[in-house]
Amino acid sequence: MPSDHGDVAVVGAGPAGLAAAVTAADAGLDVLLVDAADAPGGQYYRAPAPGLGAIRPEALHHGWSTFTALTARLARHRDAGRLRHLTGHQVWAATRTGDDRVLHALTGPDGREGVTLRARRLVLATGAVERQLPFPGWTLPGVVGAAGAQAMLKSGLVLPGRRVVVAGSGPLLQAVALTLARAGAQVPALVEAAGYRAYGRAPLILAANPDRLAEGARHRAGLARFGVRMLTHRAVTAVHGTQRVEGVTVSRLDRAWRPVPGTGRRIDCDALAVGHGLVPQLDLALGLGCATRTDADGSAVLRLDEDLRTTVPGVWAAGETGGIGGVRLALAEGESAALSVIADARGGRAPARVAALRRHRRRMRGFAALMGAVHRPGPGWPEWLAPDTEVCRCEEVTAGAIRTAVDELGAGDSRTAKLLTRAGMGWCQGRTCGFAVRTLAGPAADTPPDRRPLACPVPLSTLARAVRSEDA
Amino acid sequence: MRRVRRRDPARTPAALAGAEPGPGFEFTFDGHPVRALPGQSIAAALWAASVLSWRTTRVGSRPRGAFCGIGSCFECLAMVNGRPNLRACLLPARPGDAVTTQEGNGHAV
Repeated sequence: MPSDHGDVAVVGAGPAGLAAAVTAADAGLDVLLVDAADAPGGQYYRAPAPGLGAIRPEALHHGWSTFTALTARLARHRDAGRLRHLTGHQVWAATRTGDDRVLHALTGPDGREGVTLRARRLVLATGAVERQLPFPGWTLPGVVGAAGAQAMLKSGLVLPGRRVVVAGSGPLLQAVALTLARAGAQVPALVEAAGYRAYGRAPLILAANPDRLAEGARHRAGLARFGVRMLTHRAVTAVHGTQRVEGVTVSRLDRAWRPVPGTGRRIDCDALAVGHGLVPQLDLALGLGCATRTDADGSAVLRLDEDLRTTVPGVWAAGETGGIGGVRLALAEGESAALSVIADARGGRAPARVAALRRHRRRMRGFAALMGAVHRPGPGWPEWLAPDTEVCRCEEVTAGAIRTAVDELGAGDSRTAKLLTRAGMGWCQGRTCGFAVRTLAGPAADTPPDRRPLACPVPLSTLARAVRSEDA
Repeated sequence: MRRVRRRDPARTPAALAGAEPGPGFEFTFDGHPVRALPGQSIAAALWAASVLSWRTTRVGSRPRGAFCGIGSCFECLAMVNGRPNLRACLLPARPGDAVTTQEGNGHAV
């Protein structure tokens, strides 16, 4: 049985982390795979809880056989003692002690038991969360994240309502709308703030990624079959109802995503699933000091080399942490990162597979950059905010309060705006409102993202023990 | 040709995934019984019962419920068996749980 010390620790058991962990174990490395969930798969391959007895989990997913092949390899390595899969372990910080990377995690039935794990090398595959842009009414019960609605459906087999409008931006919305419709929801409209024609301006990238073209065609055919209307260059600019959603107003947007006055039309619904793409979860990487860059979609992502090394020695990253790119890219990057880790541990010549994976990665990163640019929020989106629209949901800070901090109190960056208004200082630590607050605080485009010393709430007693063990 | 699937009234998440769940059970939400299936989170069981909010905010006392669905946004905080600030989207429902609407930070003033 491997100990709490590994040749490599992989954080996150989604597509990238799974691919990295099994590839490293294939080469005989001693692997720790650390994940907050009880089952592998991450958010993408989220499966119904075992007690629900789903005999067709593949109906909720595309490419399910890829996942079952990975979990079969995972089980073989686990049984052979080459890999330890630590489920239910929420890593709250990563540090460095001598030659080791150290992971601090919470586990146990209450999630309050502190655990320290060590490995010579670290692969961060921490995935992404949904990017949210606030709009009037988005705090009303029945407005849910699009990815959130999909996660609840995949894991709990439930829907937020019977008639669900899907809105925001990005290709994920098509997948969400289709899954909701197949599960029995009426989806009257898919409201996309950008347009799909912009993809046509990059024919070479499209030609190099026929799988993505086919996926788009499959989604559109499915949506047409279920009678989902596709409304592009539009956004939800109001939500109706007092205790829960009764309808939404959809308005036309100009090229800058400013709502065009007088174009609002009401659509009745009892839920709204909304999201504007994904943003990488970088807490652990930033805590280690990994450098970032601004991606085509406007988000901070990790700066990585061709072999998925971060700028910190001994730390690799794969999947969405290096820029939102989807499941196939995550699988390829997880494998690439592991091959680089193996080479680092063992030396020797790089296998031919490395060059092939680099080519795949460049091709898929090309498509990801195009996708990011097409769906990047237009500069005019804050014009759909009303002064009393809450931007920070945790601390209930309105757009008006943030604008006052910026215009009258001179807050020129998100940090100052945050200190003056408490926006981003609540339970979620700005995970939900961070992008919006940064936009409202001003044009400081390339400011590095906020660092959170703790990636999740940690009991003080655990923190105290962790500090003492570092001192020892 | 018209597709039968579109008209099928039995189209549900459980039917789509071919779910054959173990026996269901009950917990209470603000004193009212709610049915749950084994493995469902508290948030999922509440959604299935058409309950969308189980918290009021600290400042404006506004209703809130699940939003991100993955434990990241902390909007779905609930009081479970007297313990406040638990993320209902992550916490599996258990038979006999007493879930109550969390007011503010969940600690009586």
